[in-house]
Amino acid sequence: MSLLLELRDIRVSYGKAEVLHGVSFGMERGKIVTVIGANGAGKTTLLNAAMGIVPSTGTILYEGAAVPATVEARVAAGMCLVSEKRELFATMSVEDNMELGGFLRSGVERAETLADLYQRFPRLAERRKQLAGTLSGGERQMLALARALMSRPRLLLLDEPSLGLAPRIVAEILGIVSELRMAGVSILLVEQNARAALEIADEAHLMELGEIRRSGPAASMAADPAVVESYLGTGA
Amino acid sequence: MDSTILAFLVQDGLTNGAIYALLGLALVLVFAVTRVIFIPQGEFVAYGALTLALLDTGRMPGTALLLLCFGLAAFLLDLWSMRHRPRIGEFSRSVLVNLVLPVAIYGATWILAPMQLNAAVKALLTMAIVAPMGLYVYRIAYRPLADASVLVLLITSVGVHLAMMGLGLVFFGAEGLRARPLSGGSFMLGFLPIPAQALWIYGCTIAAMVGLYVFFEKTLLGKALRATAVNRLGARLVGVRTQLTGGTAFILAATIGAVSGVLIAPITTIYYDTGFLIGLKGFVAAIIGGLASFPVTALAALGVGLVEAFASFFASNFKEIIVFTLIIPVLIWRSLTTDHHEED
Amino acid sequence: MALDRKILGIVGIVIVAAIPLLPLPPFWITLLNNIGLASLVAIGLVLLTGVGGLTSFGQAAFCGFGAYTTAVLTTAYGFSPWLTLPLSLLVGGAVALPLGLITVRLSGHFLPLGTIAWGLALYYLFGQIELIGRYDGISGIPPLELGGYRFLSSGSIFYIIWGFVIATAIGTRNLLDSRVGRAIRALRGGSQAAEAFGVDIVRAKLTVFIFAGVLAALSGWLYAHMQRSVNPTPFGLNMGIEYLLMAVVGGAGHVWGAIFGASLVLILKDLLQRLLPSLIGSTANYEMIVFGILLVAILQFTRDGLWSLVLRLVPKSPRRKLAETDRRLEKREMPAAGTPLVRLDHARKTFGGLVAVNDVSFEVKAGEIVGLIGPNGAGKSTTFNLITAISPLSGGGIAYGGRKLETLSPGQVARQGIARTFQHAKILPDMTVLENVALGAHLRGSSGVARCFLRLDRAEEAVLLAEAERQLERVGLAAYRDRPAGDLALGQIRILEIARALSLDPALLLLDEPAAGLRHGEKQELSDLLKRLRAEGVGVLLVEHDMSFVMGLVDHLVVLDFGTLIAEGKPADVRQHPAVLAAYLGGVS
Repeated sequence: MSLLLELRDIRVSYGKAEVLHGVSFGMERGKIVTVIGANGAGKTTLLNAAMGIVPSTGTILYEGAAVPATVEARVAAGMCLVSEKRELFATMSVEDNMELGGFLRSGVERAETLADLYQRFPRLAERRKQLAGTLSGGERQMLALARALMSRPRLLLLDEPSLGLAPRIVAEILGIVSELRMAGVSILLVEQNARAALEIADEAHLMELGEIRRSGPAASMAADPAVVESYLGTGA
Repeated sequence: MDSTILAFLVQDGLTNGAIYALLGLALVLVFAVTRVIFIPQGEFVAYGALTLALLDTGRMPGTALLLLCFGLAAFLLDLWSMRHRPRIGEFSRSVLVNLVLPVAIYGATWILAPMQLNAAVKALLTMAIVAPMGLYVYRIAYRPLADASVLVLLITSVGVHLAMMGLGLVFFGAEGLRARPLSGGSFMLGFLPIPAQALWIYGCTIAAMVGLYVFFEKTLLGKALRATAVNRLGARLVGVRTQLTGGTAFILAATIGAVSGVLIAPITTIYYDTGFLIGLKGFVAAIIGGLASFPVTALAALGVGLVEAFASFFASNFKEIIVFTLIIPVLIWRSLTTDHHEED
Repeated sequence: MALDRKILGIVGIVIVAAIPLLPLPPFWITLLNNIGLASLVAIGLVLLTGVGGLTSFGQAAFCGFGAYTTAVLTTAYGFSPWLTLPLSLLVGGAVALPLGLITVRLSGHFLPLGTIAWGLALYYLFGQIELIGRYDGISGIPPLELGGYRFLSSGSIFYIIWGFVIATAIGTRNLLDSRVGRAIRALRGGSQAAEAFGVDIVRAKLTVFIFAGVLAALSGWLYAHMQRSVNPTPFGLNMGIEYLLMAVVGGAGHVWGAIFGASLVLILKDLLQRLLPSLIGSTANYEMIVFGILLVAILQFTRDGLWSLVLRLVPKSPRRKLAETDRRLEKREMPAAGTPLVRLDHARKTFGGLVAVNDVSFEVKAGEIVGLIGPNGAGKSTTFNLITAISPLSGGGIAYGGRKLETLSPGQVARQGIARTFQHAKILPDMTVLENVALGAHLRGSSGVARCFLRLDRAEEAVLLAEAERQLERVGLAAYRDRPAGDLALGQIRILEIARALSLDPALLLLDEPAAGLRHGEKQELSDLLKRLRAEGVGVLLVEHDMSFVMGLVDHLVVLDFGTLIAEGKPADVRQHPAVLAAYLGGVS
């Protein structure tokens, strides 16, 4: 079976400084793959490159073929990024945000998916007339996720979904992520909260200074000394 | 000053103010969606007015040919940008939009122009000629600069303004023209006669505002435009193409410009460069609205119209000076209330 | 090389001086005179637009003020032309001041929009005032005179015009290569960093705006005495737009490019005015079509202007030689180790309903390194911004040596001896590494615009640059001194920011993730550097994610989570704290 997403020697430079130094890995369908690492390791840059938000060199294959050129075309091809900053339409209602999530879908599909998602996220249904900017942090993350699901993605790119959220809400969000995998959505998850990410992921990659340092099944990565050191510090 | 003069001045001010309001709305719209400060808005007014005036005389308006040129230029740019990755779909779309459409409009004009048409048909034909220019101008001048700063886009706008004004001179000549009113006659409001054209202007302005409101609040495309204005990256992440929203905004702006031209052509003589001054008065209103608020812009536009009407009565030589210095107090007020901590 | 440049310059001046002696048709000389006049305005615009990131379509109106001032004073009041020169410049500057005050605080696009409006208004105004002859203008302006010689011919006034152009170009280059110049160059894209080192942003913007206005007035003054008559036409908006076109053609930030741009545009205009009518068949201002398209095309294809293409052909200048100096900047007296420096007292910051910093209290003492840690979004960078007055407190207080910091501006905070680095490095990529660091020493110099323009600042400048170089050596970046800062790797840029902060001679140093992007050995060097600073009595507040780096370095650790201080104390103790383990290491139970 071919890979869903394959990155080969991805390099990204900001100005003249290269921040990703040739990242390569592939992910299979129906899996949760997580990229963990410290701040500034290049995790967000990697997702942005995969989505086409920042220009990169190297090869990105999606469903076995070259990935479309623009962000919008990648969305049309079934990729969707939930950014670290959520990127909601703050001065528009929850429902408008949701509808726009299904911008590329037909009217019927949009209505169906919207009804589905309101069942899955009753909080959003309650607040459908409220402006997105007035939601709490957890609700915003829910909305960002739900808006992404409106496009019926096959590959969901999640950037730090736990950022700034209380542990209980983090658990809830990650629970939903696990459910999505059951529903057949493949997920590339970038997290600083390594423990939580490794708990739900199938495979993991540890990034440091713009390179992949360690890769392996999530369960064994959790016990890897390099991972532990990177997070807990050696206290030398 | 007696009450008759007062009433006349108010009516005159409101009539012009309504036009400025239309233009101001277009400017706010384009800025919100594309960050372009659309100086050439006024050129569309001149194009619209002069096109209508020529159709009145049964002649072929130069804008029809200009539309062909714009479409051809846009097509060539599309070809150039497709040179590495030629695609059938994109190519045929480009042929359709950039070549077939302007040729069709040109053909229709060629057939219709010599006929003695009804005023409404002429107005619609004028809009059909001018509106697509918005799309081509966006494609030619602004789309390649989508990532540029507001400042660079503004300088670009000034370049587009110069070019379009010069082209207006080539295609229409230096002579001024005036069109026939959409419908003649006038109504008496008490002692004050209101020309039918003024009613057209009020009606069209209100209709445009209602239309824009419905477009932005009720349609998905309208919401996509708002979304782009609120959060550009967010809009791209849900699959809204910047080109789609940008093109739509410019077509709307050109249409509004053409409508304004059609409305104003019967009440004042329009030269190839008149549009610029009219457009700038819309700008004064848009700046008062902070380039952001539609209602404030519309109200400010009425204010600009009134100030202008009274200034031309009391100090006609200083009319333009007074109107353009109106923005100084606004800028002072903004400068005192804005937090200047912003990075470009 | 410096010598070569001097020779090049002298050769250039000789060539310019020889031009009127050549058997050229007179209209060439006239064209060159016009180019010179336009160059003066364009140089001002290059500074305003290319360097300062502001722009104006209304420069022609400033020319008008310069021209009308001398026209009125010489014809109606019998002033001698030379006496009106300072007056014309003064009027230009005096008009620019209030207009600048109104607009420079607003975001970038309000200034140019404002200039369009007043460009038009002033044009109409010139045409309405009786004193200056309405649209007919003023004629019979006396020519310039020097020792009885009257500059009547275009060949003679050529020398005056180009003398001013060359002097202005050299002075402007001097200005850019100075303390004031660095502040101006920081306006475009680096204003937050510049502000954190004491640059008064509003003042720097006003400076360039007034400078550009004065240059335009100078051009107008010369124009009046060359033409010997003035009317409103050359001071309208169209000329204002043409001047901007010249600056854009010449390109961002190149003083010589302004002269190049003025030449290109005016020669092109002359050609078009002669060629186009025969092509199109009537005479009108068709050149505006070409100008409009040219403007858009340059912005689309070579946004740095055409002069940058010319510059690519010229070899890069080699390593810059710094002037020798024995003097050193005075160092501030450091408070004794253990003296409390900064104290946060229930500091609070809310954004809308969100509490970013929730009643946080702690202090940093002299000669102590305090680590501030916590998960992403815990409020660490916000705390930095509160201390440096970049964002205002919502509640509580921050005191520094008995002074309340929250009432100060970022520049005043810098003056207290507080220097910082930024989480997202804020450097000026086009400036050299050395210049970036020297920006940090801004407050330790005092030269103003005039001294810099006239090169009277060299002694002070040498000391500032020597200090910057010393700090570069200290952090180990001396090898990169003359490279554009944008060439450095991210880790090096963070170190560059530290060198810049050290140039301020800080008593308190705030470092936001300095070790991110550093390799192991580099982290070790950074750690050693911070320990040396501690020994010198500097207080350091450090935000950092790399635990091994923090644990081995800091004396005291403060942990934030969701904006709340959840633990503080010795690093070893804090590490064992259960709340810290849960919050920082991620506990989904």
